[in-house]
Amino acid sequence: MTEGHTDDRIILAHGGGGELTERLLRERIVPKLTNPLLDPLNDSAVLARPGGRVCMTTDGYVVQPIEFPGGDIGRLAVCGTVNDLAVMGARPLALSLALIIEEGLPLSTLDRVMDSIAASAAEAGVPVATGDTKVIERRKGDGVMIATAGIGEMRPDAAMDAARIGPGDAIIINGRIADHGLAVMSAREHLVFETELRTDVAPLNGLTEAVLDTGADVKFMRDPTRGGLAGVLADLIEATGLTIEADETAIPISRTALHTAEMLGLDPLTVANEGKVVMVVSAGDAERVLAACRDHKYGKHTAVIGRFTDVAPPLAELITRAGGRRMITRPYGEELPRIC
Amino acid sequence: MDRAAIRRMVEEIETILAARDSIRIMEVCGTHTVSLFRSGIKSMLPPGLKLISGPGCPVCVTSQGYLDVACELAARPDVTVCTYGDMVRVPGRNGSLADQRGRGAEVIVVYSARDALKHAEEHPDRKTVFLAVGFETTTPATAAVILAAEAKGLENFFILPAHKLVIPAMTALVSGGDVPLDGFLCPGHVSVVIGADVYRPIAEGFGKPCVVAGFEPRQMLEGILGIARQLAEGRAQVENVYGVAVTGEGNRPARELIGKVFTPADAVWRAMGTIPESGLDLRPEYKRFDAFDRFGVEQGPDVCPAGCLCGEVIQGKAAPSDCALFGAACSPLSPVGPCMVSSEGACSAWYKYHRKA
Amino acid sequence: MCLAVPGKIVDIAGSGDDPLNGRVATVDMQGSRVEASLAMTPEADAGDWVLVHAGFALTVIDEREAKETWEALQIALGDDSPPAASSEDA
Repeated sequence: MTEGHTDDRIILAHGGGGELTERLLRERIVPKLTNPLLDPLNDSAVLARPGGRVCMTTDGYVVQPIEFPGGDIGRLAVCGTVNDLAVMGARPLALSLALIIEEGLPLSTLDRVMDSIAASAAEAGVPVATGDTKVIERRKGDGVMIATAGIGEMRPDAAMDAARIGPGDAIIINGRIADHGLAVMSAREHLVFETELRTDVAPLNGLTEAVLDTGADVKFMRDPTRGGLAGVLADLIEATGLTIEADETAIPISRTALHTAEMLGLDPLTVANEGKVVMVVSAGDAERVLAACRDHKYGKHTAVIGRFTDVAPPLAELITRAGGRRMITRPYGEELPRIC
Repeated sequence: MDRAAIRRMVEEIETILAARDSIRIMEVCGTHTVSLFRSGIKSMLPPGLKLISGPGCPVCVTSQGYLDVACELAARPDVTVCTYGDMVRVPGRNGSLADQRGRGAEVIVVYSARDALKHAEEHPDRKTVFLAVGFETTTPATAAVILAAEAKGLENFFILPAHKLVIPAMTALVSGGDVPLDGFLCPGHVSVVIGADVYRPIAEGFGKPCVVAGFEPRQMLEGILGIARQLAEGRAQVENVYGVAVTGEGNRPARELIGKVFTPADAVWRAMGTIPESGLDLRPEYKRFDAFDRFGVEQGPDVCPAGCLCGEVIQGKAAPSDCALFGAACSPLSPVGPCMVSSEGACSAWYKYHRKA
Repeated sequence: MCLAVPGKIVDIAGSGDDPLNGRVATVDMQGSRVEASLAMTPEADAGDWVLVHAGFALTVIDEREAKETWEALQIALGDDSPPAASSEDA
């Protein structure tokens, strides 16, 4: 096939709802996702009513570039949605998937993204029940954007509520921070460098289920995506009115991530993660939770990174490697590489 | 991290301070300001050890007039502005470069000046303007890029020059006499280029110990301790604790690059006015790369927003918390002045890392 | 005003006169690789350690001294206590 030939790439007509759309769905999308909820291809999927409370979440994915070391936007979309349910103590039941594709996207890229979605959904054990496909005019070469919704069933024993957090409670994270944000940055056009860093994107519902199955008193879970670990700790002091003391030497981070963040002038605590969950657990249950996590594929480097205290005023403080202290605050937003 | 060694150094500083009221050290370099906070070293120092922020934050000392020109150029449909990340959110008269991007301007963050040159080569239909800010650490890079642009005969690459020199600024501050200072913690990486010896006139001429230090926690503490010891012993010398990277002489090839392309010129430092021979202009033979000339734009007056104390902060005349806007109207989310926007700015560092108690 | 990090030159491309890219090094930063122009460090060779700032090598540094000065390199030197920085896992 010659380069640039319309057979190679998405064109506007693929989103027109006609024959080309049908073909696209039939050949490149539906077969990869096939499951009893999706296959009727009706306007809506019909789900059996779950016994417990229903949890619902929605997310949009616009990551640039769409493929980055260790992952892509497809895996990100599935895992991000699954994780939003998992951290609520909900078992994911179904996902919806809206693809907004830019004309000009190579079909081979779409295939890779769809394969990734399928593999991630299979790993998480959750079906894509319904979806939509639109094509927009070529703009900046974004490629594809994805919007999802996820439905889950709350576990009857899920009792997470920040109001229950008290002094002495332990803050746990399931592994190394900053990999995702730095891996994505390394793939961006104007920051050309290679890295061993890979995104940590992963579906965490297996891990969270294992944690809740221990019967431990888990009071809070959140995934530190945009805003990083610092963002979640800031959320926590706002929600609880308590103080957090975190130990820099206990926060898991790879030496590559540490060095790369240093090079770009970024604080690793503020860098996005896509395969991490921050858990607040009563002190007596910390060991139990650590053991359950470390036994899991996505929890090998789980660690207690800090505790709550009732020292006023409420703030999040880091005991640094040097043995001093400094505040942890929510980052402004877009973290940019600096010279200074 | 050898916490015991760190503890011992802090104790020695405490002992020295027991015999004095206070020690006032200027951290010339914004990176030192941030690193001292982030590493937690600042929290370990006794209250008598006063660290004063200096003018070593290129973004903080860039006049608003310059930024307004950058925004004006960015707004032109045929221009792409390439800039280090630091500059993107600094508010000008009509918003920041990030705001321009929101209005459709092409503003690209680059990690290196080389990326800006590459952009020009890859987009011959666009005019690429690189915002050349920074001190001597960064200036040789711009110089090398200009030489390459010349060798390649590029007609669509320009820089908007605003490079500044550290020694004239330090000299202006110390000779001004209105900022009580006992010593200088000298910028480690600028010193890699300019060498440690150039601080001698300041140390010996004004009687202020100058210690060159890197940015690791232990480095900074050694630098501060070095100044404290000199003061205790009545000395005022240049000392270099960053010998792994800094020599007395500095990096000659780097300085030769600067000298080939640039020539010293008077420069406007935000809120400090004009400091003679403290900036760099392109030499006549490279003037064709000067975006001011090419686009016929002039840097307007340096206007500081009402109530903003950035000018005082960078001269060590005020602490961020002295500013009425600090933490109220001015915060990282809605910065008024560059000291809050810049990740190296004293106000930003204070806001992010300093204990609010 | 300067973020500069130490790394080891693993490769050098070019030997030409281009003032910028005549010699460009690939510098390894504990698992991430950066390109750095050697315009300021004409004496640098493959295997040398350099300090890199904004895409340029600022100066050659001694490897042993570098490991004593930069904490991140000390962590890399095989402090294997989990869960902080240690060897990469699969």
